[in-house]
Formats: sequence, C-alpha cells, structure tokens
Amino acid sequence: MGQGVEIVERELGELALNMGPQHPSTHGVLRLTLHLRGETVVKAVPGIGYLHRGVEKLAETLAYDQLAPVFERDDYLGPTANSLGYVLVVERLGGFEVPRRAAWLRTLVAELQRVASHLVWLGTLGLDLGGALGGGTTLYMYCFRERETILDFMEELTGTRFHTNFNLIGGARYDLTPELAARAGALADAAERMLGELHSMTSRNVVFRQRMERVGVIPPDLALAVGVTGPVLRASGVRYDVRRGQPYDAYPELDFEIPVRQAGDALARFEVRMAEIEQSARLVRQLVDGLPEGPIFTRKPLKNPKAAKLKPGEAYAAVESPRGELGYYLVADGGSNPYRLKIHAPSFCNLQIIPHIAPGLLLADVIATLGSLDPVLGDVDR
Amino acid sequence: MPAAEVREALRLRFGAVDFALGVEVPREALLETLRALRDLHGYRFYICASATDREGEVEVVHGVRNVDSGDSLWVKVRLAKPAPEVDSAAFVFAGAEWHEREILDLFGVKFRAHPDPRRILMPDEYEGHPLLKAFPIDTPWGYRPPTSTEKP
Repeated sequence: MGQGVEIVERELGELALNMGPQHPSTHGVLRLTLHLRGETVVKAVPGIGYLHRGVEKLAETLAYDQLAPVFERDDYLGPTANSLGYVLVVERLGGFEVPRRAAWLRTLVAELQRVASHLVWLGTLGLDLGGALGGGTTLYMYCFRERETILDFMEELTGTRFHTNFNLIGGARYDLTPELAARAGALADAAERMLGELHSMTSRNVVFRQRMERVGVIPPDLALAVGVTGPVLRASGVRYDVRRGQPYDAYPELDFEIPVRQAGDALARFEVRMAEIEQSARLVRQLVDGLPEGPIFTRKPLKNPKAAKLKPGEAYAAVESPRGELGYYLVADGGSNPYRLKIHAPSFCNLQIIPHIAPGLLLADVIATLGSLDPVLGDVDR
Repeated sequence: MPAAEVREALRLRFGAVDFALGVEVPREALLETLRALRDLHGYRFYICASATDREGEVEVVHGVRNVDSGDSLWVKVRLAKPAPEVDSAAFVFAGAEWHEREILDLFGVKFRAHPDPRRILMPDEYEGHPLLKAFPIDTPWGYRPPTSTEKP
C-alpha cells in the first residue's frame, strides 16, 4: 500500500458502510452497519425490525385453534416447524393426545421441509459467494430444481405448496395415501443422490473452500453464552439437538445421527447442514416404511374455536426447525386465547453472534459468514 | 447434578421458589442466581428471555440450559409497575443483550447497566410499549379483534 493511501485513511478514520436493508446478500431486510478500516471490519451493528409484524400481540387476540397458520408465516422457509412448535406447546399445556400416525406424519413433513429449507440456504449461499461458483446462479438453479420436487409433493399432500397448514392441535390435517408415501420415499432417494452433485460443486471446489474455511469462527464458549442454536451451535462442537434433547412426535422411535463439527467456521456450518440433509433423507425413509395405521385426529370437533380453553399455567416447547431451536413460551390464563406467547426464534439468536465475530473479518467474509448463519428475517423480526 | 438438587441449592442460597418451568427469585438475586447456574451447575447455554405483563407487575424470565444433561431452567423475577427495573444479565450471558432489548422495546422494562439500551424491533422514535396489556389494540383504521359476545 502506498504512503498516500495510508494518509488518506488516517484522515478519514473509519468508514461506516450500511449494508442493507436492501441488499441482495442480506437474505431479506437485515441492515448491517459495518465500520470499516480499509477492507477490515472493526465493528458491526445489525439493525433489525424492518419485518416486525407483531405476531406476539396478534396471538393474544386469536383463539388457540386459529393461531397455527399465523405462525407459519414467521419463518417463511420452514413454515411447518413453526406451527409444529406451536401445537406442541398447546398440547403440552392442555394435555391433548396425538394419535401415533399423526405424530409420524408431522415428523415426515417437518423433515422434508428441512431438506427444502437447506436447499434454499445452499442456493442463496451460492449467490452470496457469487463469482466463486461460476457466476453463482448455477448452484442456485440446481438447488431450486430439487426443492421444486419437494414442494410439488407438498401440493399433492395438502393442496398448498408452501404454507401447508399441516399441523393441528392434537393431530394432523391431511393423511398420506400409499402412492404419496412411495413418492416421499423417492424424494428421500433423490435427496441422497443430489448430495454428491452438490458436493462436487461446493466442498470439492477449491475457491468455495477458500471462501469458507476459517471464516467467521465461533468458539464453543461464545456459542453457548450467546445462545446460538441449531447447525450453528453444532458446527462449534456442541452436541445439542432438540430432537434428541427434548424429543417430540416420532423422534424417540427413530434412528438418526446428529452431525457435529469442531471447527466452528463457515465451512463447518456448511458441512453440518449437508450432513443433516443426508440424515433427513434417512429419517424420511424410516418414516415411510414404518408409518403406523390409525386415525390422524381424534379431538372432538368444535363449533366455535373460542370454545377451546386451556387451564392457567406456563409451558415451553421447542422443535428443531431447519435453523435451530424454535421454542414457544406460552402463558395461559384459562381463557380461549394465549395470555402471552413468546416465540424463541432461532434466527434472532443466531444473528446476535454477528457483532461478536465480525470484527477482524474482511468485508467479503462478512457475506460468507452471514450466508453460513442462514438467518430468515421473518423469523428474526416476527 | 439433577435438576431437583439444583432447585434445592437455589432455594437454600437465594430463597428461590419453584414454578412450573423453573424458579422464581428476588429481584436483587437475579444476577447471582444466573452466575451460580452458569458456574456451579453447568447451565452454560442461554436460551432466551421473555416477559409477561401481569396486573401491577411485569414478570421477566431468563432461560438457561445444561447442554450435557439437556435440563432447562427458567429464572423468573417480578418487577413492580409503573417503572419496572432490573439488573441486565448481558454481562453474565452475552446472549441476553438482544433479548433484553426486545423486552425493553415491547414492555418498557429498564435494564440497569445494559450495554446498548435501545429499541430493537420498533423504530427508535416509536412511543409506547406494544406488548403491555394497556397498549390499545385499536388501530387508526379501526380494526378491533372480534370478541365472542359480539355479532360480526
């Protein structure tokens, strides 16, 4: 660097750069104020709330049975996990029985949606890294092609491609026909097949590895204190997965592994998610093969949703959404709507790590780090 | 250490009272309780903080977890209105920073010695705290949620 450049920089000091809220690689409306010295970040201040819709206040005005579809709009890449977490907390407080077949079906849909969500993450990560992957859109197209088959399956099953509205308090809304079960099995096989293809474009690509390796390292102690969850936590060497820690629905009966990496960098988070796709495929195959017979909904039908009331109390239930631990803290007062419902959003917790790890990174590495955290802003802002 | 013994230890040391999901402690003992949970009992993972607006007081809970045993514990404090105030837990668990900002934003609870006490979800110039029960739900365009006694 020439002498003149240094003088100019000393005079100007830090440069504050606003990345977002409208920026292609902030995955929604995240605003990052980056204080730069040259190309190195010295301070990063995330600004959120641009997508705040007040669902927690809204939840206090609606009846319990009306709320599941509302929460599906929170995390718009893994909607099933949202409504699943909500129905779980109501079932826990209200003591509702879930038929075994319904529990297995809910797990099946959740796992397929995890694959779909991870595919969106990988595709958009490819866009973020841009030139590293031959223009970037190649990976994106491959991922979205595979995701499309899962959405088609959802449409066949529920009539909706995306916000499936599948989970009900005390059961599931739609049943799986034998033909559809075979299709779900085929989707699992396809997911495993495509992994090789995706790996050849990413983890076996030297440019991709250079962009991801030793970038945005999160030490395990920091990960625990900040409370990052899901793949981000497990990439830092902490073996905690809600599906094993507080098992729900069909998971206690299923055989799967929890991928863990020790490095804590962006590449480790990538590897954990790729391994999760593999495990999800394994789970889907088990769920299709061992699907029990029986009813999927046994609650007495209500004439008016306001007739369903919960006894006073507090409960917390969490699911492992594609982004991590998605929890609902429900306070009931005996009425027909929640007295207070707090959503523990995984993206919110994962995004909080940015001010801790961004200082010292290059500007381009912030993009890779952010991509590897996979925040969904609908989930952050609620 | 099993969860029941942890609760017993907290009861003896801080006068903690059990509730469904964890323990309730006096307001002054919150930080010491969280520190004891982190350093003595292995609850090193910070889940989140939440608040509930009750009559005359605001309840704040902090959730912590022992990732080795999988046990979660929620620590609750009750803060008297109209000016609820409590020590910030952000220096015990770094993750509390944003969750406390959210409670400050939506409930108006003041966190003493918070490193960055700004609103987080609502705009900076916003007035009021939306999740308080007293906050009107009527909007400028006249929406009111339907109640069961009213005919649409």
